[in-house]
Formats: sequence, structure tokens, C-alpha cells
Amino acid sequence: MHASRLQQLIFERRALLLAGAQLLAGGVLLGRMGWLAVSEREALSAAAERNRVALRLVPPRRGLLVDAAGLPLAENRPAYGVELVPSLAGDLEAALDRIARLVPLSAEERAELLDSAKSLRGSGTLRIASDIGWDAYAALNVELADMDGLQPVRTYVRHYPGGAAFAHALGYVGKPTREQWQESRDPLYLHPGFRVGKDGVERGLDQRLRGTPGVERVEVNARGRILRQLDSRPDTPGETVRLTIDRGLQQHLAAFLGDESASVVVIDCQTGGITCLLSVPAFDPDIFSNRIPSALWRQLQEDDHKPLLPKATQGLYVPGSTFKTVTALAALAEGVPPTDTVHCPGRYTVGGRSWHCHKRSGHGTVAMERAIAASCNVFFYATARRIGNQAVADMARTLGLGQTFDQLPIPSLRAGIVPDAAWKAKRFGEDWTVADTLNTAIGQGSLFVSPLQLAVMTARIATGQIVEPRLLADAPPAAFPPLAIRPDWLGVVRQGMREVVNGPGGTARSARLPIPGIELAGKTGTAQVRIITAAERRRGVRRNESLPWRLRDHGLFIGFAPVDQPRYAVAVVVEHGMSGSRAAAPVARQAMTYIYDRDRAETDLEKRVGERERRRRATEDAARRAAAEAAAAAAAPPSAAPAPSAGAPAR
Amino acid sequence: MMGLLNARWPQRLATQPWGLILLVLAIGSFGAVVLYSAAGGSIAPWAANHMIRLLVLTAVMFAVSLVPPTLWLRLAFPLYALTLVALALVEAVGTLGGGSQRWLDLGILRLQPSEVMKLVLVLALARVYQFVPLAHVGKLQGLLLPLLLVAMPVVLVLLQPDLGTSITLIAGGATVMFLAGLSVWFFLVPALIGAAALPILFNMLHDYQKARILIFLDPAADPLGAGYHITQSKIAIGSGGISGKGFLQGSQSHLAYLPEPHTDFIFATMAEEWGLVGGAVLLLAYGILFAWGWRVAFRATGTFQRLVAGGLTMTIFYYVLINLMMVMGLAPVVGLPLPLMSYGGNAMLTVMPALGILIGIDQESRRREVPAARAGGWTSPRPLATRLARPRGMDA
Repeated sequence: MHASRLQQLIFERRALLLAGAQLLAGGVLLGRMGWLAVSEREALSAAAERNRVALRLVPPRRGLLVDAAGLPLAENRPAYGVELVPSLAGDLEAALDRIARLVPLSAEERAELLDSAKSLRGSGTLRIASDIGWDAYAALNVELADMDGLQPVRTYVRHYPGGAAFAHALGYVGKPTREQWQESRDPLYLHPGFRVGKDGVERGLDQRLRGTPGVERVEVNARGRILRQLDSRPDTPGETVRLTIDRGLQQHLAAFLGDESASVVVIDCQTGGITCLLSVPAFDPDIFSNRIPSALWRQLQEDDHKPLLPKATQGLYVPGSTFKTVTALAALAEGVPPTDTVHCPGRYTVGGRSWHCHKRSGHGTVAMERAIAASCNVFFYATARRIGNQAVADMARTLGLGQTFDQLPIPSLRAGIVPDAAWKAKRFGEDWTVADTLNTAIGQGSLFVSPLQLAVMTARIATGQIVEPRLLADAPPAAFPPLAIRPDWLGVVRQGMREVVNGPGGTARSARLPIPGIELAGKTGTAQVRIITAAERRRGVRRNESLPWRLRDHGLFIGFAPVDQPRYAVAVVVEHGMSGSRAAAPVARQAMTYIYDRDRAETDLEKRVGERERRRRATEDAARRAAAEAAAAAAAPPSAAPAPSAGAPAR
Repeated sequence: MMGLLNARWPQRLATQPWGLILLVLAIGSFGAVVLYSAAGGSIAPWAANHMIRLLVLTAVMFAVSLVPPTLWLRLAFPLYALTLVALALVEAVGTLGGGSQRWLDLGILRLQPSEVMKLVLVLALARVYQFVPLAHVGKLQGLLLPLLLVAMPVVLVLLQPDLGTSITLIAGGATVMFLAGLSVWFFLVPALIGAAALPILFNMLHDYQKARILIFLDPAADPLGAGYHITQSKIAIGSGGISGKGFLQGSQSHLAYLPEPHTDFIFATMAEEWGLVGGAVLLLAYGILFAWGWRVAFRATGTFQRLVAGGLTMTIFYYVLINLMMVMGLAPVVGLPLPLMSYGGNAMLTVMPALGILIGIDQESRRREVPAARAGGWTSPRPLATRLARPRGMDA
């Protein structure tokens, strides 16, 4: 009894002690909580806000590109994409597996993503796909709502309504390179949705098209998922830039050219505005702006029609006879009257070596106008020797050859080569020879020009002014200085070019316009791509038709219309088109027809496309028949029946 | 016996500690409210389940309270033995399964023997001291059995390894021994030795346990790793301020910055939305609960009842204390839930039966209060002993 009483007393004493300790602990906890909630509140509230609120850069919408009439050439199409923050996602492979169930990813895309994830810094974001469609976007939002680091986004993708026809002129957009970021340190470059111009006008006008990014404050959860937007400063879209391009014309000519490897440049002589800057074949700029599949890239690279080369600005060709106009102008500038004649016996002999005219029997005695119309080599050999090569080269440069037209918003325009003594000394360390002078006089030898240069040259010949090409429609018009040549003498060259197309013996009668009252003047050119040996010349030069495509001559044509008041200059190069009159001149004619009579042009195009389709089918049928015959009569000797050549020999 | 119980039913009902029951339901319901918010304003998946559990376990609490303390006295050792076996089984299964397993899958119920042990250890130790004279409490023969009773489960739990539970077991055991009258030196000396041996003990810990302690000492050392829990919890509590951000307005919990917002860190979830005021009210509620527990202990009629009441009160207190210290960054993250508030049945499964036992003891002493008051003194433990002796004799 006594012991238990004592035990109870001890218990009570100790219980009170423990209860006191509890009270103390309660006080400490309350104090700690009070300290956190009162003294530390500001800092901890700020920390909570930092957790919750993230500032996000909103990439600016890229400026639009429109053609002269305001039709869109490059625009932004709203799209749905998906982004991933690998640092939040953990196992990237597993994350991609999950995403791939809703957004198909090719093995190549996966490899690319894994690769770019490696170079991603810190909590950088990876764009998994840019254009996944609403269904996939919705599915991602619902089915992967709990996935760490995943962010379905609404975005814009660049869209080119004109398609491949404008791929080379406009270029495309793509992710900025690592070097670009390192150079500027602009955080915008790290944004997965930001695109920069990669080629063409997109690259040349990149700064104007870019705009200024916006900023948005968003609520972000611990998984990195954006839950809602709190407020935002909207982005300022890039400038809308109106180009001098005529979308209808360029698309029309692209369709007309079909699967040729060619380029067409049309220049408005009054303003210098380039209304057509076409190079075919090309690539789909929409695909290139999203992601360039390496299989497609390889295929394009291996294509002998060189779809990756912007031929209008970077393709360099021997100008051939189209250059004779330059030699003619050089002579006029040197004061040689256009009435001076040269006798053409069919060849030109210097120091025991003969240079042939394409007409073996010779053109007889010709003056400048007739020499241009008939494309007499001998006349230009003699003229060039008379004035010297330097005068020809100087005139070529004055007319725009060898120039890069730096005012054009297109990167990497090629200068080509205008050969003269200085160039040869520098390039080969050799002296200039008479042979060089003669070759250059008729546009052969080391001359290399781009179709754009040819078009500018034509515009300058047509107007007698130093027409400067331009692409920006809203730039103030500039007055062009005149060429230092008497206008009536210039008229002789134009008349010669008029004869080429419209004269009875013209080399490019196929280019005659079907429109009453408007005449096209021009000059054809043919550039050999293979070396014709003396032995072959003795045997007789092989006809183009019997050669494989890649050995056939290039066909060139320059022209302008109307003859009496030149408004549009055009240059056409059809690679391996065999001759200027046959392949290139009809394209120039079609361009002018489109400009002056669109309905007529549409009808012609339809006819041509129908014809092309028929021929394609016939070829296929023949191939099928041949295959069937070969299979049926495997033992029988194969019939050697070369296709009869239908084309007329022409220059 | 059944008839006897039935006859006392109305009286019992009247003497139920309704205030306490309301308090428990209030804390539990507040837990459900916080869980509703933690789920982003939805009774699924936590709040509804929590309420169901709360009501079911309240019924369990009532049922347990019907068991007379004398029966607990008799069952103390068998229950202890059973739980110890279960603990060993879990250890065996866990070893076979690889990794740390803390529960025994009984098909319909996942029993966590270490939780049950918290209760049973208190019962067993009280059972020991019921029959050990005060003079023998500090002697070797009086010390050996209690120490063994504490050591066996602690070793098994440490093997799991579950540092938090083993510490609560030691604390619970030490509390009962302390209340039983064991000399203060027995607590001071081991405490001093323990403090001196801290570095050695630290080295014996598992790597993740070491990391937790290091990070507790310096949460900023690994803000995105293990220190993340503590940092985010402090941010949640502190950013709540005095009156909180408002119901359903807690960004830390809703945006998933706060880890385990519905279990271990529910206090932070609550504090973010209800502020210091909510925290103080909750602390007060737990304080009232403990005060009631001590009142039961003071009014208890025997050594066993007293020790059980005090021991269980302290056991619940340790739960609350360790959880709150962890949440407020005063203790390492040990993974103990907040009883009645946290989602997940285990803590509640321990606390509600414990309260049931306490109510049982309270009932018993209330029934004796009138004659005891008449006698004008403390009730002697004698009648209990004779009552105990009787059925035992009948069994034999």
C-alpha cells in the first residue's frame, strides 16, 4: 500500500515533468512556426513565387513575305507542337517511348533528338515535334498530363503557299546554329520555337523579319508543366516585307518547266524589280523549315538536276552566243559604227589556226544588226580583235557580269568570271592570247555568268541604262544612269535582237509572241558542257540527241519586250536543253505571254502539260512493251532502233 | 457476462468522453479538408477515403474501449509475443524479397507490426511494472526484462531498417520505464554516453540515413535532392504567413513543389493555406488531446493503467512531435506521418486503438470514482489483483 502510493507519487511527479516537456515542445514548435511565418515570411513567400512563376520568352512571329500584289509568299501557320525538358523528364529514352505512342517518331528523329539533348544546357527545352496536329496535341494533354517535363505547345510553323517554286528565292527557316547563339548570347536563340532564315530572302532579310520577342509570366508546377498564363507582354511580329516577285508568274513558269533543270529571271526594266527568280527543281521549303530528313537530303544531293542549288543566283554558265550582244555594245562604246561590215567566209584564221563559224558556208558580208540576228561568229571575232579584249571585259562588267548586286537581300550571290589579261595572269600566271580574245568574243572560254546577271545585262541593253536589280517593292525608285553609247547605235543592237526572234532567218523564231502588237527581242545561246575533240569534229560532231542528258549542251536565251519600249527583261537557262532556241526561248516566250495575256498563257500551259503527260505515258508504255518483248523473246537478238531525232538544229 | 455488459450499456454511453471523441473527429475531419485541398479541390483520391477510415477506426476505438484494462493486463505478454513474431516474419519476408519491407500482407489488410509494437510495448512494460515492487525497479532483476522487451523489437525494426520507428519505440519504452520510477540516472547516463557515441552511431547508419541527417543540418547543400523536402516544406509554412493563402490557394502543394503533400508533409500543406492561425489551432487541439490523456493517467486506478495511459499519451505525442519537427526543419526527414491528419491508415491504425485503450481506462476509473471518493483516498490496486487472480484460478 505504501509502496504503491509512493509509486503513484513518483508517477505523478514524472508525468507532470513530461507534460511540462510537452508544453515546452509545443512552445518551441509554435515559436518555430511563428518564426517561419512571420520573420521569414517575406523570403519564403518570394521563394514560393519563384517556384510558381516562370518567365518565358515568347518567340516573335516572323514577318510575312508577300509578292508585289500582296499575295503571301511566306506566312506563319498556327500549329501544335510538343516540347520536353529532359532535365525534368529523367530517363529521356523512356520519355520518348511514351511520347512516341502518341506522336510517331522515326528512328532518325529519335537519334537526332537524343543527340541534340546531349548539347542542351541545364534545364533547356527540346522541341520534339513542331506540327503534330490537334488530335495528337489533345491526346498528349490528356494522356501524358502527369509526365514530367512534357509541354504540349501552341506554336507557328513557317508556310510557303507557293511551295517549291520559291524555295531558292525565299530560302527557308531553321533552328539557329550553336555558333549564332555563341556570337550573340541572346537567350532567344535557345528558345526551341525560334527560327532564323537559312537561305535566300529569309536569310537576307532575317533581321527585319525577326521582330521582338514577348515575355509571359506563367504558372509552372514542379513537373515543369505550364498550368496557366498570368500575364504577358506580347511579341512584336517581324515586318511584313513586300517583294517585287510576281507569285503567279513564277509559279506559272515553274509549272511550264516541269521537270527540267532550269532557271528563269525576269526583271522589270523600269524599276529594276525582279518579278521572277525561279530555279527548278527545288525542295519543299515547308519540310525544310520543320526538319530536313537525312534520306531526303541525300536524295536531293544525289539528284543530277541539282535541286539544292539556287541556279538563278548561284548557277554559273558559259553564256555562249548571248554574250555577242556584249561584244557588240563594247564595239559601239569604243566608237565602232554599227554600219562597219565584216566578211564571213565560214571561218576566221589567225596565225595559221582557224576558228569556225557555225555556218560552214559563211554569212557573207555582214554588219552588226545582221551579225546579231544570224549569230555570226566571224563578225564578233573580228570586232573583238579590233577593239581588244579589255574593252569587251569592261563592257561585260558595266552590264552587270562579274557583279554580285550587294543591294539584293540574298546571301551568297556568285560573281562568276569575266576573263581579261589581269584575271588570267592572276589565275594561271599566263599571258592573254588571241585565242582567249576570240573565245571570249562569242561567249565561250573562261566566261561564267549567272542567270541573274544575264537578266540584268539584258535589262541594261534593253533600256540603255544601268538598271539595278532589286527585290524590295517598297524601296524608293532610283533613277538609273545611262550607258555611254549613242541611243541610235543601241537601237541597232536591239533591232538585231528583234530579228533573232521575229526576222525571217532568226535563230529563235520559236520565241515569237502570240500577242499582236507586242514583239519580243532576244538572243539565244548554247553552252557546251563537254569538250569536242578535233577527231570528233572531223568525223562530224555528235548530235545532242544521241548524247546522255548530262553531256548535252545547255540552252540559254535572253530577251526583252516590247521591242520598241522595253519593259521586261528575261534570262532563261535550261541545263542540257540542247540549244537556246529549242529549250530556253519558249520559256521566255511563255513568261512574256503570261505578263501580257494571262489567259492565253494558261491555255498554252495546259496544252504543254497535257502533251508532256501524253509523252510520259507513251514512254512508259514503250518501256513496258520493250520489257515484255525482251522477256518474251529472250533468245531473239535485240532490235537496235535509235529514236529518230525530231529537233531542228539551231543555236 | 454478455448480459452484464448489455445492462451497463446506457450508463457506459453516458460516461463516454464525448469531448475527446469530438476532438478526434474534428482533427480527423480537418485532415480530410486539407486532403480535399491537396487533391486540387476533390474528395478523390484522399479526402473521402480518409473520412471513411476515420469513421471506421472511431468504431474500432469504441470497440477497443470496451475491453476492460484488466484484460489488457492479461493479454499484454501474449500480444507482445505475437507482435514480435510478426516483426521477425516481416524481417524474414523482407530479406527474401529484397529491400526493406515493413508490412505483412494478410490479404485484406496490410499489417505493419512495428506500428502495433508501439502500443504493445507500452502494454508489456506496464504489465511488467504492475508486478515489480518499486524497490526492485532499479535493480538488475527489475531492469533486465524491460530492457529485453525494448531491445528485441528495436533490433528487429532497425534491421528493416526503420530509424524513425526504432527511435519512437525506444522513446516509448523509456517513457514507461521513466514513469514507473526508474532512477533518473538510468536516463541521464545513457543519454550522455549516446551523445558521446554519436559519431560512431552515425557511421553505422545507412547511406540514405546519413544523407538525411547531413541534409537536415544543411538543407541548402542539396536543394534539389533530399534537402528539397525540407526546403519546400519551410517555404510552404512560411509563405502561408499568419492567416494563410486561403483554402485551395496553396501553390506549393497544388503545383507539386511540396513532396508528399498528403502524407508526411500534410502539416505544411495545411499551414500554407491556413497560416500560423491554423497551425496554432491544430497544436492546441493536439495539446488538449494530450492533456486528456494525462488526466486519464492521473485518475487511473492502478499502476498498469497509469503507465499504459501515460505511455500511450507520450507515444502519440512522439508521433506528432517528430512529424512537426521534421516538417518545420527541426529534425531530419524520417518519414513519420502526422496522426489523424495524414492520409494512409497506419498512424491512425495505431492512434485510434491507443485512444480506445485510454477511453477504456477512463471508463474504469469513472466507474470506481464514486466509491473511491467515498473512501476518501486513492483506490488501491488490490481489488484489481484479486479480480485477476480469480479467472486465472478458474482457468486452472
